[in-house]
Amino acid sequence: MIAEIGLAALWLAAALAVLQMVSGAFALRANEGEVNPLAIYARPAAVVQAFLAVLAFAMLLWAFAITDLSLKLVATNSHSMKPLLYKLTGTWGNHEGSMLLWVGVLALSGGLLAAFEKRLPERTMGATLSVQGFVALGFYAFLLLSSNPFERLPVPAGEGSGLNPLLQDIGLAIHPPTLYAGYVGLSVAFSLAMGALLTREVNPAFARVMRPWVLGAWVLLTLGITAGSYWAYYELGWGGWWFWDPVENASLMPWLAATALMHSVSVLAARDALRTWTIMLGVLAFSMSMLGTFLVRSGVLTSVHAFAVDPERGAFILGLLGLYIGGAFAIFALRAGAVAEGKRFAVASREGALVFNNVMLSAILAIVLLGTLYPLLTEAFDVRVSVGPPYFNPASAIFAVPMLLVMAVGPLLRWKSDTPRRLQFELALIAALVIGVIGLVSVFGEFPLLPLLGLGLAAALAVAAFLPLRGRKLSRVPVATWGMVIAHFGVAVSLFGMACEGAFSQERLAAVAPGGTEQIGDFTVTLESVTPVAGPNWTAIEARLAISDKGGEPVILNPQARSFWSPPQSTSESALLTRWDGQLYAVIGNQAADGRWQIRVWWKPFVTFIWYGGLLIGLGGVLAIAGRVRVDVKRRQASAKGDQRRADLEALGQASPVPAE
Amino acid sequence: MIRAVASLLLAMLALPALAQDSMPPAPYAYNQLDDPRLEAEASALMQTLRCLKCQSQSIADSDAPMAGDMRHQVRSRILAGESPDAIRRWLVARYGDYVSYEPEVSSTTWPLFAIPVLVILIVAGVLLRRLGKRRNDAGEAA
Repeated sequence: MIAEIGLAALWLAAALAVLQMVSGAFALRANEGEVNPLAIYARPAAVVQAFLAVLAFAMLLWAFAITDLSLKLVATNSHSMKPLLYKLTGTWGNHEGSMLLWVGVLALSGGLLAAFEKRLPERTMGATLSVQGFVALGFYAFLLLSSNPFERLPVPAGEGSGLNPLLQDIGLAIHPPTLYAGYVGLSVAFSLAMGALLTREVNPAFARVMRPWVLGAWVLLTLGITAGSYWAYYELGWGGWWFWDPVENASLMPWLAATALMHSVSVLAARDALRTWTIMLGVLAFSMSMLGTFLVRSGVLTSVHAFAVDPERGAFILGLLGLYIGGAFAIFALRAGAVAEGKRFAVASREGALVFNNVMLSAILAIVLLGTLYPLLTEAFDVRVSVGPPYFNPASAIFAVPMLLVMAVGPLLRWKSDTPRRLQFELALIAALVIGVIGLVSVFGEFPLLPLLGLGLAAALAVAAFLPLRGRKLSRVPVATWGMVIAHFGVAVSLFGMACEGAFSQERLAAVAPGGTEQIGDFTVTLESVTPVAGPNWTAIEARLAISDKGGEPVILNPQARSFWSPPQSTSESALLTRWDGQLYAVIGNQAADGRWQIRVWWKPFVTFIWYGGLLIGLGGVLAIAGRVRVDVKRRQASAKGDQRRADLEALGQASPVPAE
Repeated sequence: MIRAVASLLLAMLALPALAQDSMPPAPYAYNQLDDPRLEAEASALMQTLRCLKCQSQSIADSDAPMAGDMRHQVRSRILAGESPDAIRRWLVARYGDYVSYEPEVSSTTWPLFAIPVLVILIVAGVLLRRLGKRRNDAGEAA
């Protein structure tokens, strides 16, 4: 019954998406200031559709919670012995469930937009909802026609076949939903951009409506990528935090586009400049999230994340991708000429710096896109090439280094036009920090170029992030400005972590007999014992490592080599010792014929800063949203109060006319 | 008799398990070189070689037996004084371009290098058009 309710809700939601699309389109046919009688259904349709799609997802969640083995999806991806948390997270640890989550979030954000956004002109809103309905319809069709999550088995299975143990982790509980919500938030930005383009309403008022969606999506993407990186770091057991894996790139590309879009939309809101640029980035950002979905969901990459291998689905998503993106660029090409350029500005201005960095971000995006798609392309012609860190790191650094330098200076510049001479002190300080730190570090040893540059830039950025606050009364700095400062500082922190990890990591591999001792950095690692242990759905061998820092009190770490039985797979559970200045990462390997155990230990100085930086960037985004919303609410309250007062005065005036003074 | 069969069965069961649990015969698969400089060289090279049996993993990160063999090859060749580039070439000759994460310019990979150059040109063009023109406007206005 549960599954049938879910399926019915999905079909109804799809029908409402059609209504939303058609009704929204009628809004375009209304004359200025009038409301087309057929256009009034778009908003309610979006709201009810949101309710139904969320209901469908809740039904699937319920089916997973009670392990309803008559459902094909549950039987193939769950197991009655799994802990409840992983039963629930298993809902989106597979193709159909994650697509349902995607659609649910899409409908929910469309509903929120329809219910709460009253600032836009009705025609623009109608066009926006129409586009949103059109996008949603494609994904409903995809779910219902090629990946129905509620399919029943003819005969209920006796037991489920379990979830990939790598995915049975709290990281999976957070990472995909956050990323998806981010992807989908960009769909709202896309619909708004299309709506504004169709009705020629690309102006600061529109940018102010779009901004919270872009910021929100960007924060979620940032946190999703941060969580995903940390998950890969501790769960995959190889101590790396980023490998330029296609799946990682699939999440990075929308982030790059969203970062550019966020800055561009701020310029549009504040200065009425960069109109076409903002629309183009809006289309690009959503294209990248569609592409990300295609790469991960279609199975073109067979990787840890790509659970589904089914060309039919891939072709379907590719078709949707072509339809939406092709359509969007066609509209853009037809209408972009009608959108005026917006306000002008000089090279040395804040807009100039932002344009420079948006171009740099787009260039990095192009490099990542090329490196990700090229091997797939050649594979189609039976030529297999690998593109990895040795390619991506230098190629993206070509654009990232100038971008980071401009990023240090940009916030200090004035809008419209500025003279570099005014910033002599700041420029000198930034240059001195970059050169000084690189020089200082080079004294201590020979390090690769990129981490070295990273250290110098991180130091300069960390200081430069706070320079915009210089000479201002801190209590009067707007919350949104604090958001910018913290986010930029977060970039410096993250960069510092990456550079340190790249330059100073130490690794120790050894076969150790119980009782044996190894040395890494300042730490003494003693293998005390190796014992078998068991969990709810796995068995493992667990090492007991006593870690002592410069002969201090030992800390016990317990890395495990786990064997899951359903599905049969083994994973390596790393053990981490976190210090303020880095992490000790320990993994246990196989046993040698002579009884010694293979252990692998890394000391990674300041590696945690990578994710602290990610969190700071996210926090900065949250502050920016909070600041904007607060100003907005205040403005609304003030105007409501004004209206109230006028109404009161009028009422008073009617009761007892006050003599004019 | 039954005991013999049982023990034979047990032995057969145990064999693959043992084979899996014992270390591969290649001594340098899981052991570092003594010279830290050579080990750093080997490790940098191993980070950029693909484990052919895995999905998106370098041989330095993989527990697959084949990755172990390749690590042994890399470490012992480094120890014998071969340069990392020579080892990479040897592996590429043996396994194809796919094994190396560091694409070299060749008939199949030239777009990977041509397109970034194109991107740099486009970027320069866009910046000149968007920012350069502005300067002229500002100049005219001033």
